Amino acid sequence: MTETTVTHTGQPDRPKGWRGITADWASDQRAFKNVSWGKAMMWIFLLSDTFIFGCFLLSYMTARMSTRVPWPNPSEVFALRIGGSDIPLILIAIMTFVLISSSGTMAMAVNFGYRHDRRKTAILMLLTAALGATFVGMQAFEWTKLITEGVRPWGNPWGAAQFGSCFFMITGFHGTHVTIGVIFLIIVARKVWRGDFDTGRPGFFTSRKGRYENVEIMGLYWHFVDLVWVFIFAFFYLW
Amino acid sequence: MAEATANGLGQHAPHATHAEQAAATAVAHPEVHQEHPIKLYLVVWAWLFILSTCSYLVDYFGIHGYLRWSLILIFMMLKAGLIVAVFMHMAWERLAMMYAIILPPILVLVFVTMMVFEADYTLLTRIAHFGPGP
Repeated sequence: MTETTVTHTGQPDRPKGWRGITADWASDQRAFKNVSWGKAMMWIFLLSDTFIFGCFLLSYMTARMSTRVPWPNPSEVFALRIGGSDIPLILIAIMTFVLISSSGTMAMAVNFGYRHDRRKTAILMLLTAALGATFVGMQAFEWTKLITEGVRPWGNPWGAAQFGSCFFMITGFHGTHVTIGVIFLIIVARKVWRGDFDTGRPGFFTSRKGRYENVEIMGLYWHFVDLVWVFIFAFFYLW
Repeated sequence: MAEATANGLGQHAPHATHAEQAAATAVAHPEVHQEHPIKLYLVVWAWLFILSTCSYLVDYFGIHGYLRWSLILIFMMLKAGLIVAVFMHMAWERLAMMYAIILPPILVLVFVTMMVFEADYTLLTRIAHFGPGP
């Protein structure tokens, strides 16, 4: 497979562009032509999750803009002392690279899943889960460091009191998402490894046969977690 | 399986009913998906690393003011775009799907604008009543 197989046109006689949008959204039919319900529902869930994280970042922005007390400098707060000198934000940068790498391995897992390469798919998914767990571990370290330095949701030694509540709320919610993602990655990787999607073994919860598309749906969630981190990194840590 | 038929690879029957198509493709080709060369993912991965490094360097070199904020936003949007377009395969979806998912988050910017005014007003009243900060 050297060429990209593009399948975006749906049925060959469906219009494109704006005419395509109105035609797809017209009544009495499925709006998303070449997207299965599972993928469409994951996208809509991610959309709702976008609003949740959007509201967190918005309230953080409002708190930071409306306080008279100076905001603690994240560059100094999150600096680590390595080899006798303070390196700003170094742990956060490493966490970013870990999460991006996990997104890369996940994208390749989806690709190998569609090629029905069970071994490679499962290994890449487990690697993704391992990177995700590493991320959560580093976040736990960061939380511990800040808590020992006296950061609380109601105050901190460096400035505006809202810093702590924003930090714990946003990164905590994101870390929860990563943790849930790691758990589901392991579950789906086990199914792939066992060949559930080849043999059509019913799922333990829904009793429905899974398909390799489940790997892609899992991937959508995982990439979203990475996507949210891109925004948190920019707005909370760098701003 | 009926869901997967809309673009069953290669076996379109333009004038067949949906049910007929579903029956035909469900047997012949139960899964519909896109395959891209692995190289594409590696290139995007590399770019995400480069962009992350760039945004980290903005902080490392202590760039401040509008240059800092615009650089952060540019790198952020480029990274988000790459992830959504390539890793999440949004670039290959139909427009109806793209707009349904991407448009609503953009409308959050209206909310952002409202809260900017609100925050400014709150700060103003705080300064008016409690003085300009400790």
